[in-house]
Amino acid sequence: MSLWEYANPRKFLTTSERLLPWFWGLAGLCLVAGLIWGFFFTPDEARQGATVKIIYLHVPAAMLAINAWIMMLVASLIWLVRRHHVSALAARAAAPIGAVMTLIALITGAIWGQPMWGTWWEWDPRLTSFLILFLFYLGYIALWQAIDNPDTAADLTSVLCLVGTVFALLSRYAVNFWNQGLHQGASLSLDKEEHVANVFYLPLLVCIAGFILLFVALVLYRTGTEIRARRMAALLARERAGA
Amino acid sequence: MIALLLRDLKLAFRAGGGFGLGLAFFLIVTVLVPLSVGPQTSLLALISPGILWLGALLANLLSLDRLLALDWEDGSLDLLATAPLPLEVALGIKAFAHWLTTGLPLVLAAPVLGVLLNLPTAGVSWVVISLLLGTPALSVIGTFGAALTVGLKRGGLLLSLLVLPLYVPTLIFGAEVSRRGAVGMDVTTPLLMLAGITAAAVALLPYASAAVLRVNLR
Repeated sequence: MSLWEYANPRKFLTTSERLLPWFWGLAGLCLVAGLIWGFFFTPDEARQGATVKIIYLHVPAAMLAINAWIMMLVASLIWLVRRHHVSALAARAAAPIGAVMTLIALITGAIWGQPMWGTWWEWDPRLTSFLILFLFYLGYIALWQAIDNPDTAADLTSVLCLVGTVFALLSRYAVNFWNQGLHQGASLSLDKEEHVANVFYLPLLVCIAGFILLFVALVLYRTGTEIRARRMAALLARERAGA
Repeated sequence: MIALLLRDLKLAFRAGGGFGLGLAFFLIVTVLVPLSVGPQTSLLALISPGILWLGALLANLLSLDRLLALDWEDGSLDLLATAPLPLEVALGIKAFAHWLTTGLPLVLAAPVLGVLLNLPTAGVSWVVISLLLGTPALSVIGTFGAALTVGLKRGGLLLSLLVLPLYVPTLIFGAEVSRRGAVGMDVTTPLLMLAGITAAAVALLPYASAAVLRVNLR
């Protein structure tokens, strides 16, 4: 029993169909529980007041925005090395989700920044690098859509993902150059003292779990859609060739 | 190798090659900026290094779709791909020819246009040095973008969407060198970073360009 069995589209589809209800259910449960807990059953923060509660959307979305790209990178590498179609389709399926997560992180950040920093937008390193990440997502999605041949598209977007990763990292550290900016440092860590107080931390963890489960469910679902779309195209092509 | 370089240079210089277009575009952008932000010399002096970098970057971008598209149309790219010369080297040469015909003229024109923008004299040499170090990276990155989009019918806009984010680190460090140079600050760190990015891009990106071009040619 090896992991690569799931590279078979049929095996992937049957397994993901069995798993999907669980992921949807658990994601919904975690999100509802975490958001209600966070919004209504935690105290207001001393200096920030009620605005701190947007953290339950902002931080999970920002984490997923980065991790979705890393997942695309891994899937692209698997496609380039082992030529599993499911892998390429999973990367394609994850890209719009990652772009939306980046957008959520940017918008909630702006809404949070307005009362706290007195500005919607600031050319702060973290904000700028997220905006650049969003542009990378746009380019990646546009390249997928521009190419008709699916294998060519998978190859080109995979290479773009690899090259883009290097340049996205470079940009991330390049913008650090201007100044340290308004954004605080990492708000979560497992081993350091300096993270948010436990009363905010626990519901935040539930929300993060909910976002991750939601992401997995969406990727599985969208990959299934892509596989079926590919099958439809193959059937149609066969029909045209026969007729 | 030299024959390929000379061929690309000849094609660029002779009629219809569009050699002067990038330069003219650079001139127009730098002329339009004072017209749009107003002619206050102090403001212009402040933003002139950034304007020069942005203009060079856009002029570079504009010439990219000609880089491989013409060779793609008349089939010479297929010949290059089957030639004994490795495709990586061929693309490196083409990027070099692109730099000689687009990047280098921009570097040479920058001090003249700097006068128009009231660039402080201390900044002129740093603008030239940063452009000289940075524009090769722009050409190599652009070759990668051109190789990605060469088979597409409407590749032009997509090419800008793909290439501009890749230009970001070069632009940040290049403009930072020019800005710090213009106000007399220490430029060592961004200068080293800029040179490092260029060296890495020149060394590694031709492999990626050749890989995607092979996909497009098959």
